[in-house]
Amino acid sequence: MAEVVLKTHGLSKSFGALQASRDVSLDLRAGEIHALIGPNGAGKSTLIKQIAGNLVPDSGTVELLGRDVTALDTVARARMGLGRTFQISALAMEYTVLQNAVLGALGGRGSPFRFFRNVMKDPDLLETAHGALDRLGLAEDADRRTADLSHGQRRQLEVAVALTLEPKLFLMDEPMAGLESAGSRALTGFLDGLRQEAPILLVEHDMDAVFALADRISVLVYGQIIATGTADEIRANAEVRRAYLGEEDAA
Amino acid sequence: MIPTRESFLNWAMIAALLIVPLAAWSLDEPFIITLATKAAILALAGVGLNIALGLGGLISLGHAAFFGIGGYAMGILAAHAQNYEPLFEWPFLFEGSNQMPLIWLVAIVCSACAALVIGALSLRTSGVYFIMITLAFGQMLYYFAISWSAYGGEDGLSIWVRNDFPGLNTLDPIQFFAIAYVILCLALFFAARLARAPFGLALAAARQNADRVEAVGLTPFTLRLTAFVISGAITGLAGALFADLNRFVSPTMLSWHTSGEIMIFVILGGVGRLYGPVVGAALYILLEHLLGGISDYWQIFLGVLLLLIVLFARGGLIGALAGREKAHG
Repeated sequence: MAEVVLKTHGLSKSFGALQASRDVSLDLRAGEIHALIGPNGAGKSTLIKQIAGNLVPDSGTVELLGRDVTALDTVARARMGLGRTFQISALAMEYTVLQNAVLGALGGRGSPFRFFRNVMKDPDLLETAHGALDRLGLAEDADRRTADLSHGQRRQLEVAVALTLEPKLFLMDEPMAGLESAGSRALTGFLDGLRQEAPILLVEHDMDAVFALADRISVLVYGQIIATGTADEIRANAEVRRAYLGEEDAA
Repeated sequence: MIPTRESFLNWAMIAALLIVPLAAWSLDEPFIITLATKAAILALAGVGLNIALGLGGLISLGHAAFFGIGGYAMGILAAHAQNYEPLFEWPFLFEGSNQMPLIWLVAIVCSACAALVIGALSLRTSGVYFIMITLAFGQMLYYFAISWSAYGGEDGLSIWVRNDFPGLNTLDPIQFFAIAYVILCLALFFAARLARAPFGLALAAARQNADRVEAVGLTPFTLRLTAFVISGAITGLAGALFADLNRFVSPTMLSWHTSGEIMIFVILGGVGRLYGPVVGAALYILLEHLLGGISDYWQIFLGVLLLLIVLFARGGLIGALAGREKAHG
């Protein structure tokens, strides 16, 4: 079996009476795309936050690259190689596209306390940043202000910034959110190849993308994983159909 | 690179700040030189604040603390030099001094240390709470200075003779102006480098989107604290110079009015614009001088101007004249 890169064990998190995560155990293995799906309010975001380090679980552990990181914050986890993209683009909007990518490269290098040299003339950082932008098809837009980008381009930039970190795994929270079908297809194609570099834990609403990409799918309902399996297994699973896909069939 | 309108304005501003006192010097108008010196020193305080406020987005209403600490560093050292009593003898002998370089060093170190402590505590909050906590720290120091009778308490400390700088006659207005002007230029140079350096990129990103900065593995808190310390140190240096200009330091330097004034320089000129504080401080001094002659309540006009700038020119005066900041490389 491929190496386990990320593993959660019995994660539980409650907000008052609402139990957002119930005993969630899942893993992400080298070379795979593991999709996490579930209806709205199933607790996907809460789970993502616990994996990324924004939320401390009430119980359970998160293991990254074989190390228990439950007590570590987002920064420490990012440094260990967790490349995250956000559901709502989290970019420095006043910066150019290139500056955002350079910021990522700078974070990847991990030494921001330099006060004199022009960061936008650092050949290493620029090379990493341009490389990532090229791969997402943003090379032409490098000098544009991020605030002036289209929604779809911002989604691409999210992924590009994560790439500049050269992470060991990706945690992608709805990277296709709000993309029109062409953009979604292009990004699907890109993620398809990306899994060879680093595995992806993918939260996604776009079912075409999920079933096209995922090696394994976990279905989260009311904070609980009700099934994990290949696309075919998930399609055939009666409980999943009832809880989740059934809603789409009816629609 | 083609010079932008903003960089042209910057050069014009810094040249004007040099030419006006030089002209006044040749016309033998020492008062105008003193005004220009005051503008340069206040601009320096603003350059300090602008690193926290403009680059880091940290709305500190407590920068008077650093300005005042710088002022008192000068006042205390000079007072001890004046009466030949050492500050302390243990663990090592520390005597007063009337040497500006040493005074500046002490001012920078003390205000940086104060900024480290105040920043470490207040940067755990954000938004309105951060404003209030920095304000509270500033006021704490203000009341402490008022009750500190050893150094003049409410009356402040007067220094008979301006401190010395090797090779210069600091009592000559134009020579003291030269000192303030050179330091301002150095600070502007440093601030410009800082903004473009890796640190500046990360700091300004933390202002725009802290989640993003964390996600790339950088800690916004450390970035902000570092900025706060640098910012406090520069404002502290300005405080030492300001006290030397007046040969007087009093708790007023520590009061929240002073914090507000420094912030007004930055806002008038343009938050986050490198030369914003220079424009703001110069304009402030100009208005104080021109309108102050008409009415004691000249600050009403200042208030109106500030209101207009905040409402209609979000980038301050520089923003109004030079347009939106270019997202440059």
